[in-house]
Amino acid sequence: MTGRRPEPPEARAVQARDRRVLARLISMVENGDPRARPIQKALYPHTGHARIVGITGPLGVGKSSLVNALLGVLRARGVRVGIIGVDPTSPFSGGSVLGDRIRIDRAGGDEGVFFRSMASRGHTGGIAATTREVARLLDAFGMDIVLVETVGSGQVDVEIRRIASTSVVVLVPHLGDGVQSLKAGLFEIADVFTINKADLPGADGAARYLSEMTALGAGPDGWTPPVVQCSTVEGRGIEDLWKAVEAHEAFLDSGPGRARGEEARARAEIVDRVTGRIGLRLDGLLEENRELRELLGQVLDRSLDPGTASDRIYAALRHRL
Amino acid sequence: MPREKKEAPIRVLIAKPGLDGHDRGAKVVARALRDSGMEVIYVGLRQTPEAIVDSAIEEDVDLVGLSILSGAHMVLFPRILKLLKERRAADIPVFAGGIIPDEDARRLRRAGVKAIFGPGARLDEIVTTARSIARRHA
Repeated sequence: MTGRRPEPPEARAVQARDRRVLARLISMVENGDPRARPIQKALYPHTGHARIVGITGPLGVGKSSLVNALLGVLRARGVRVGIIGVDPTSPFSGGSVLGDRIRIDRAGGDEGVFFRSMASRGHTGGIAATTREVARLLDAFGMDIVLVETVGSGQVDVEIRRIASTSVVVLVPHLGDGVQSLKAGLFEIADVFTINKADLPGADGAARYLSEMTALGAGPDGWTPPVVQCSTVEGRGIEDLWKAVEAHEAFLDSGPGRARGEEARARAEIVDRVTGRIGLRLDGLLEENRELRELLGQVLDRSLDPGTASDRIYAALRHRL
Repeated sequence: MPREKKEAPIRVLIAKPGLDGHDRGAKVVARALRDSGMEVIYVGLRQTPEAIVDSAIEEDVDLVGLSILSGAHMVLFPRILKLLKERRAADIPVFAGGIIPDEDARRLRRAGVKAIFGPGARLDEIVTTARSIARRHA
């Protein structure tokens, strides 16, 4: 089919920077509303301009305050900024308190900023399942930079890596001993390290130690993450932090990094989406299909182990994939 | 994890307009709304009417809860309602809590504030009312 349908009016409204339409579209995407799909489809060719920068780190290190400070730097340069602040959803009530907005001070009516709070809605890894799609909508809306602030992360909340081209890991002095930085996870995803609250004692030591660790060897892509000290209380280091982000983005553009990153992210998104649907379908089949139910029963009465049952199901379904 | 089709949670903005440093009531209400399954966007203290309306629009909330103890409600609330109207967002319902004399409360209701709670209001009553006046009924 080559018949070109006219763009849905919502797609045109988003490109014309209608804030209410964008806000509603974000809700539709978050809620899995199928009406969003044709609009997203029409907007996709108009995306790819915005750089997505992740701000991650443990809870209480000052991620929201840093986002606010960066917003000040970027707006002063006339850069249009989308912000997504992700906070956790309660597994008990399904409710959440989204508080990232509280740190943001901006001039009322500043059209160059769009801030959206997102609840994680049961998704783990530090972001929501639809954060990537929401970032893309902000891109289509004409934002130059999209800052994504993750849930206060644990050691393995590294999913921001799958949507951002630069990930900033925020730490503070006295967070733990030196062995922490040897561990896998959070420390491995940083393109830029920030020691925030550098007005507190111990910041120099922490920065020196991290620098020594990163100097041991560049990552597989050849980039050595810089370590920047910041204090949002004193307004110090914020420009340097942004320069470090820009340096990483320039590094990506100067070599194969940009194309590789984009391919990896597109692949991850397609795999996520397809496996998600296959998972739902399979779950349904385990309910409806007699043979599959039998296999499930054998696992339950311990006459078959889950590994063998899965191999058989995979073999039976493979030709249908 | 496959994404399940679930009912969309109600999104509510909780804000304290103007110069008023007492946010315990607002926080308690935010917590109660969270526990009832809502997504509460909490922006807290010293919000200008413009900032509150920006937040309500960008967050696509189903309702706005304003808490005020300063006595400036007859200036700030009508201003917020007017801004919502100007920005084509008058469909977002507004409720209020705080110290608001009966006569003012009557006038504010006439101006469009959907519900007003005084100091003795029960949390379950606030949650039930919030749910019933929210734009989308989840």
